[in-house]
Amino acid sequence: MGTLTIGCFPSIVGNMGYDFALKLADAAVSKGHKVSIWFSGNATVSVKAHQKHLKDYSTAEKYLQALLAKGVEICTCEACTVARGIQKTEGIEGIQWNAMHWYLAKIHAADRVLQIGGE
Amino acid sequence: MGDVKCAFIVQKPQYKGETSRLAITHAIAYQTVEILLEDGDTVTPKLCFIGEGVLGLQKGQNAMDVYGITSTESHVKNCLLVDLNVLVCKEDLDKYGISEDSLPDADDMGADMKIQVVPFSEIQKVLDESQHVLFF
Repeated sequence: MGTLTIGCFPSIVGNMGYDFALKLADAAVSKGHKVSIWFSGNATVSVKAHQKHLKDYSTAEKYLQALLAKGVEICTCEACTVARGIQKTEGIEGIQWNAMHWYLAKIHAADRVLQIGGE
Repeated sequence: MGDVKCAFIVQKPQYKGETSRLAITHAIAYQTVEILLEDGDTVTPKLCFIGEGVLGLQKGQNAMDVYGITSTESHVKNCLLVDLNVLVCKEDLDKYGISEDSLPDADDMGADMKIQVVPFSEIQKVLDESQHVLFF
C-alpha cells in the first residue's frame, strides 16, 4: 500500500476542489493507503467545529471526523487559520495545527502528492 | 530516504489570489522541515514562475503601505537569502515585456543566490528531475 499526501487550498464553499480532496482521501484510505491532508489558504476555515450543514452549502466537519476515525492525518496551517479568526480551541478535535514544514515533511514521506490549488 | 526534490510551479499572478504567495512561503519552509525528518533526510524545492506567474515579481513593491502586507518582493528576497533556487521563465517575461533588470535581488541582505531567468526548457528539466511537482 502507498502513502498519499494531499495539499488542499480551496475553500469549503464555492469550490468543489475541496469536496474532491476529501472524497479522494476517503477512497484512498478505504483501499488501505496511508493518507495525510494539509489545509492551507482558504481551506483552513473548514477546521472550525460546530458547522451547520445547510443543504445549499458544502460542509466539512462530519466528513473530516469520518476521515480522522479512519486514520487519516489532517493538519491545518496555523498561520492561515488564525489569520481567518479561528482559534485552536474552536477547531475540530483531532485535527493537528502546525506550520508549513508539516506539509513538506509529509511530502518527503509520500509516494504520491496531490496539490489541489485554491482560487 | 535522503533528499526529495520538489518543483513548486507558480502559474498565477502575485496578489490576484493567495496561492501564488503560498507557493513561496511553503517553499521557504524547507529551511525548517528537518526538525520533522530523520537525520540525513531533506526536502529540496525549486520555485519556478511561469505563464502569468511571472507577473508581480518586480522590485520596488510597496505592498506594506498599500495593502498592509509583506510584499512578494520581500518574500522572493527571503528565498534568495535562504539559498532557495528561484527560476523565472524567460519566454514569459519577454511575452509580458518585463525586463530581467526589473527583478529583485537580495544583495543588500548578503544573499549569494540570484533569480535565475531561464528558458522554459530549463524549467522542464526541473519538472523531470523532481519527485513531486506542485502547481500553484
